[in-house]
Amino acid sequence: MRYAETGYNLEIDLSRGNIERVETDPRETELYLGGLGTSAKILWERVPPEVDPFSPDNLLIFSAGLLCGTPATGCNRTIVATISPQTLLMAFSMMGGFWAPELKYAGYDKVILRGKSPDLVYIWINNDKVEIRDASHLRGKGAVETQELIQQELNEPRAQVAAIGLAGENRVYFASIEQGRSSASRLGLGAVMGDKGVKAIAVRGTRDINVAQPEKFMELCNEVMDYIQWRNEHPIPGVMPILQGLGSPQEMKVHDEKWHTENFMWGNARVRRKGFWNEDIAKEWSDTLDSMRRRLISCFNCPMTCGATIQPPDRPTYMMKCFSKLTYTMAAYADLEFGLGIAQSATEYGVDGFSTPQVMAFALELLEDGILTKDDFPGMPEDNEGRFHWLLDRIVRREGIGDVLANGTYWAAKAIGKGAEAYAHNTIKKHEQLPLKLSMLNPIYFLMYCTGEKINITQIEGQFPQAPFPTREEREAFVKDWFQVPDEKFKQYFLDWELRGENSIPFYPTPEMCCDIVDWQERMHYIDDALGMCAGLSSFPLKPPYHIHNYPKFISAGAGIEMDEEKLTEAIRRYRTLVRANNIRRGMRRKDERPPQDHWKKRFPELEEKLLDTYYEFKGWNKDGIPTKETLHALGLDYVFEEFEKRGVYSDDEDAPEQRTSAEKDKEA
Amino acid sequence: MGEKKKKIVKTIKVNADLCNGCRACEVICSAFHAQPKYSSNNPARSRIRIVRYPLRDIYVPVYAGEYTAAECMGRDKYIIDGKEYEECAFCRASCPSRDIFKEPDSGLPLKCDMCEGEDEPLCVKWCLVDALTYEEREEEEEVEEGQEEKELDIGLESLAKKYGVQELMDAVARMSMKDEGIKTVQPQE
Repeated sequence: MRYAETGYNLEIDLSRGNIERVETDPRETELYLGGLGTSAKILWERVPPEVDPFSPDNLLIFSAGLLCGTPATGCNRTIVATISPQTLLMAFSMMGGFWAPELKYAGYDKVILRGKSPDLVYIWINNDKVEIRDASHLRGKGAVETQELIQQELNEPRAQVAAIGLAGENRVYFASIEQGRSSASRLGLGAVMGDKGVKAIAVRGTRDINVAQPEKFMELCNEVMDYIQWRNEHPIPGVMPILQGLGSPQEMKVHDEKWHTENFMWGNARVRRKGFWNEDIAKEWSDTLDSMRRRLISCFNCPMTCGATIQPPDRPTYMMKCFSKLTYTMAAYADLEFGLGIAQSATEYGVDGFSTPQVMAFALELLEDGILTKDDFPGMPEDNEGRFHWLLDRIVRREGIGDVLANGTYWAAKAIGKGAEAYAHNTIKKHEQLPLKLSMLNPIYFLMYCTGEKINITQIEGQFPQAPFPTREEREAFVKDWFQVPDEKFKQYFLDWELRGENSIPFYPTPEMCCDIVDWQERMHYIDDALGMCAGLSSFPLKPPYHIHNYPKFISAGAGIEMDEEKLTEAIRRYRTLVRANNIRRGMRRKDERPPQDHWKKRFPELEEKLLDTYYEFKGWNKDGIPTKETLHALGLDYVFEEFEKRGVYSDDEDAPEQRTSAEKDKEA
Repeated sequence: MGEKKKKIVKTIKVNADLCNGCRACEVICSAFHAQPKYSSNNPARSRIRIVRYPLRDIYVPVYAGEYTAAECMGRDKYIIDGKEYEECAFCRASCPSRDIFKEPDSGLPLKCDMCEGEDEPLCVKWCLVDALTYEEREEEEEVEEGQEEKELDIGLESLAKKYGVQELMDAVARMSMKDEGIKTVQPQE
């Protein structure tokens, strides 16, 4: 009997309309856990670097995490993995909501899509019954609208539906997959889904999920529940409000946006507006949020109310989460009412809330500076807000300039030329980043920005405070009940970290300490992505209920796999390395691992080199960021080494790998 | 004149305005009632369900009450605060008109037992947003002397209603035959 997981994947070949239920090997679960881990393995085995993101041979894998569907609080994430059309690297993005547990209850751990359907279809998974159904009547429908239409059509309001909107259908490189109050938004997963001709996957399940040691598992769940309650009553002093508690940043509750609006950049990640926040704006924005927000809502089996249903005037209700609250507002130099309104369209179209506003602001900046001209924007309204709505409509339809912009700032700038590249200034590995521009280089963040293969800072940071606390007393108070640390040394690192002087950034924490800190933070995200745990209860907030000490127990009692901290850490290293191996095979190297040039004003090239050298060595990667033979062998990944050898990865000169990634060359041509 | 008798009524008070729609109640309920306890979970087996239409802002946790053999005549619609609810949204019956509150495999009816043996129903314990709270109320009710029906009578009556008295008697006869059968294994004198 399999515990926590179902032991079955659904393999769907869209070209031939073939559906198979395939039993998985429990030994793989032990080595790669599940979710991201086993998906990275499947991509390694079945999607060689010659496969273009929009090739029928690319896979799109929807995976429940290993513990999804068990009573573990907050374990509800779907991990979607594929090859990104934007970065041309392995992409994975998570969504909360209700889809992954439902898939488990239907009897599957993953849905693996391959091929391409000639017509637009949707997939209906109802326990054992799986159908590919016509979706031509849903063409052009919104992602939220589609979810409801399918539920009605199936007469099954409890079906959970993951759907794309117009952006996904038109293969916009930052198209999202929307589901309930969540979305897998980053890196263009929705575009791959659209390319495969799949409008939606609906799932309904009424089967049991078993756990190996019931009493023990419940005891662990109850501990987590108790700690969540305690932690909700004990916010962390000394950090900004959204970092004090658990959950995703509580953007749907917070009215005070002084920190975001004055520290994040407006427009095309350009302008910092110090002193922006004042009483009038606070009042106006609070009224806006209060008048549009109907209810605070949660994902499956989670008490944190991180999302909300939003009802803008004269628009349908939609569900919002987190920072998309402000991204449109700030890109357009507008107010919150505009932001919450346009986000409704954006959610229906199914686009990423980070990239989309930035792409639009980038286009308008190019217009302002004469690189694009009025002729490129025929029919665009004169008013600022109208322009953003107009641009969004062009992008998701790939009409005119929208067709260029739909590939994101990096590719759009290349296509436009005339110096447009300098305006696509806020990307890493071709992907738009948070609009943050800071002064002094932070060595921890430098490493995270460079080496994070989810290519999004919020998906690697979390466990270590973002900045030192001013006084030793405050630091001592902070470390007192900091039992989540994997090792006592982290407390010392933090205690000795000062705002100014010798022990301050950029030279403290030292490169060696930074390695430990980054590795710990990344490790927690990777484990969440394999188990299906929401980062909001684990890797993202300070002092979370799930940590490296109780996770092995959850896996043992839940999945029946004997686990301890050491074995778990090794498993994480194994599939984390496999993610990198997929990317190395696709040409990613040290040269790609750098933050936006203007992210910090004060840069330290020598220190930065040293940081990367030290971190690569710490990780067991060579100077170019490639996992070494010894590292791969120790993790049981000899097959990766053999492939690297065969492909001459270790002997590459700088340009060689890029010649092999045909997709990038095609686009550049 | 009937005699007044005090009685403790155990209830789960539902504040639908506070519900966040997370379905933790369904998870823990089905886990608690699994055999062995907590060995599995499956919201389809839960004795509490959330009727949930997020975009219409409808969140109604409803916990399982009595089994009913027949559909009711009702199925009216209610509009409350501009939101349209099916009458069924508030109904606790395990009933032929819908599939909730029935074991998914056998179709047998499910009924909330307030998590016997626990301090409070576990759905209440797991509802950190306090949409569900546990209440024990003392109520007085009039009991007519000599009219107290025993549980067995009530049970048999409902079975008789469903299957007919003859069927029921036949079933009882069959059951007693089985018992006889076991006895015959014993050595005869």
